[in-house]
Amino acid sequence: MALTSPELQALEEQVPRDIARTVTRGDRIFRTLCASAAAVSLFIIGGTALFLAIKAVPALQKAGLLSFFTTSVWNPTVGDFGVLGLLIGTIIIATVSLIVAVPLAIGLALFINEYSPARIRRILTSSVDLLAAMPSIIFGMWGFFALQAPLVGVASWLNLHLSAIPFFRLSEPDAPLLRSSFIVGTVVALMIVPIITSVSRDVMAQCPRSQCEAALALGGSRWGMIKEVLLPFGKAGITGAILLGFGRALGETIAVALIIAFTIEANPYVLEQGGGSIASLIAIKFPEAQDLEISALIAAGLALFGMTLLVNLGARAIVRRTQIAA
Amino acid sequence: MSLLDERPVDETPVPEPQDQEPIEEQVPFRPRALVRSERVEILLAAAAGVTGSGVMCLLFDWTHALTFAIWALLIFLVSIYLLARDSQSPIVATDRLITTLVWTSGGIAVAVLAWMLGYVVVKGIAGLNYEYLTSDLSKVGPLDDGGGVFHAIVGTLEQMLIASVLSIPIAILTAVYLHEIRGRLAGIVRFVIDAMSGLPSIVAGLFIYTVWVLQGQGPSGLAAGLALAILMIPTVTRTAEEMLKTIDDGLRESALALGAPQWRSVMQVVLPTARSGLITASILGVARAVGETAPVLLTAFGSSSINWSPFNGPQADLPLYIYQLLRQPNPAQIARAWSGALVLVLLVLILFVLARVIGERGARVRGGSR
Repeated sequence: MALTSPELQALEEQVPRDIARTVTRGDRIFRTLCASAAAVSLFIIGGTALFLAIKAVPALQKAGLLSFFTTSVWNPTVGDFGVLGLLIGTIIIATVSLIVAVPLAIGLALFINEYSPARIRRILTSSVDLLAAMPSIIFGMWGFFALQAPLVGVASWLNLHLSAIPFFRLSEPDAPLLRSSFIVGTVVALMIVPIITSVSRDVMAQCPRSQCEAALALGGSRWGMIKEVLLPFGKAGITGAILLGFGRALGETIAVALIIAFTIEANPYVLEQGGGSIASLIAIKFPEAQDLEISALIAAGLALFGMTLLVNLGARAIVRRTQIAA
Repeated sequence: MSLLDERPVDETPVPEPQDQEPIEEQVPFRPRALVRSERVEILLAAAAGVTGSGVMCLLFDWTHALTFAIWALLIFLVSIYLLARDSQSPIVATDRLITTLVWTSGGIAVAVLAWMLGYVVVKGIAGLNYEYLTSDLSKVGPLDDGGGVFHAIVGTLEQMLIASVLSIPIAILTAVYLHEIRGRLAGIVRFVIDAMSGLPSIVAGLFIYTVWVLQGQGPSGLAAGLALAILMIPTVTRTAEEMLKTIDDGLRESALALGAPQWRSVMQVVLPTARSGLITASILGVARAVGETAPVLLTAFGSSSINWSPFNGPQADLPLYIYQLLRQPNPAQIARAWSGALVLVLLVLILFVLARVIGERGARVRGGSR
């Protein structure tokens, strides 16, 4: 009885021993198959960047790389293109949607994780999942036909009472309020609520339960527990979730294209009719576009691709880091 | 406000006589249960909200239900805060204020969904009949009655079939690579799947447009299927990997202990055990792709007559059918778009319920492995 043998030691320390694996020929084929399936994704992302860049060259040469990103014109007959206004418009719409979506999504995440009785929780998680599965065209047409009237009311109220804030000003007193960045942003907000909610729920669920209970046991109120334990714990992850939502909002196409009164120039008056985004530019101009204009649309798509890629990878890196730390 | 501030015990009347046993000690203090005085406060605040908002609506001639709801909520919030602050403490008052806000956000989510579904049903149900489901738009003028959605349904089914056949095997094998094989590329692949899951759908459409449609293949249902497959891969891979994580390691080890090589353990033990989860993952991917408009706009172009062949010529599908009708300014076309929207929503609902049912049955079969 050799008590010092490595197997016994491992047994005592509860360390699983390494499994000796023989890699058969079948295994090798199987692994190659899986690896090549995995590589398809690499090719798609690499191919997207490469081919969009190649096809974007003619328009960028004609319009000039610098002026493509620093002017706001769209004149396919002359070959003059510039997307500065649309880049700003994209960011305006995404920002409005974050302002609406973030409080709602975090409230929802807290409600599902902390507040709701079990029966309501089931209804609510299903609702959020279903909201995520709803096609964007449905959001778009519902927003256009059902949501515009009440939102115009909200917009005129905001302008009437809060016009001290520059955000709520209009270019002229009775400018039309339909089809504005504000309305589009609100509809997009409802579309990004599910992703922000589900990611921040996952992050907050990783908070050690003992810490939350300790806070309550010390006599803290439930809000005290959330404010002092849950939110500080989940801060980085929730930031990541919000960034993910921002990335989705940047790329949203059809709902924006349906609702907005499209303009090439940036419209700083958020409550007022008119605005635009890169994605809606592509959807609106593409069906009638010819040679050079198509190339310009592809260049715009490339800019959108780069923008969303950066935002998404940043967001995922943040979320992933918190999950490893937990 | 510190965490240590005590949440006051409720102030319900306590029996006066000192010599009796104190009653509170027998009833355990449950911080989350509402006592009677708190219920009264909530009722009072609700009454204040409804009457206050009602009076304002009458005074200022407001007619919209939403205006009433917003003001009622605001007055309710203020009164619940003040009542709790008066009877207990600012900390309790803040807590109750936040509780109300959190419940409100839950209510908003459910209300938005119900409003949207209800609106689509109300607007779309009138035009939905047998003729609508079985005819296309080729012989109908823009102002005429009649016409239907059949060509779009055929297009949707064919494109979804193509997208599923292409993307689901790739996605599941990728998930196997990430979780079972854990190869050298796993880190990079996970990174790329992350990047793909945030890819705007219109960019996927542009990609297929440049590498397929522009290369002499022309628009077709197959091109749309390719673009939709790109959108499905990350969704299915992610969900499938989550499902593989729920499989007990004991199963893998048992298979290996019986002398099975890895590929047999994966193909005959792990994947069959995860089957229902993998089906759920696939259905969720289909549900995501079926509602995409933008990539189909760039790859299949849409059409008003039926095109049975997905390999040749423009083809319609449901979201694109709705989008193209909505851009025409006349009521008959918009009514058709609403009926199309109802068909699309029903399709998504069926897929959603199917995914739920299969997923839950699978979770029961797997038992408490997670």
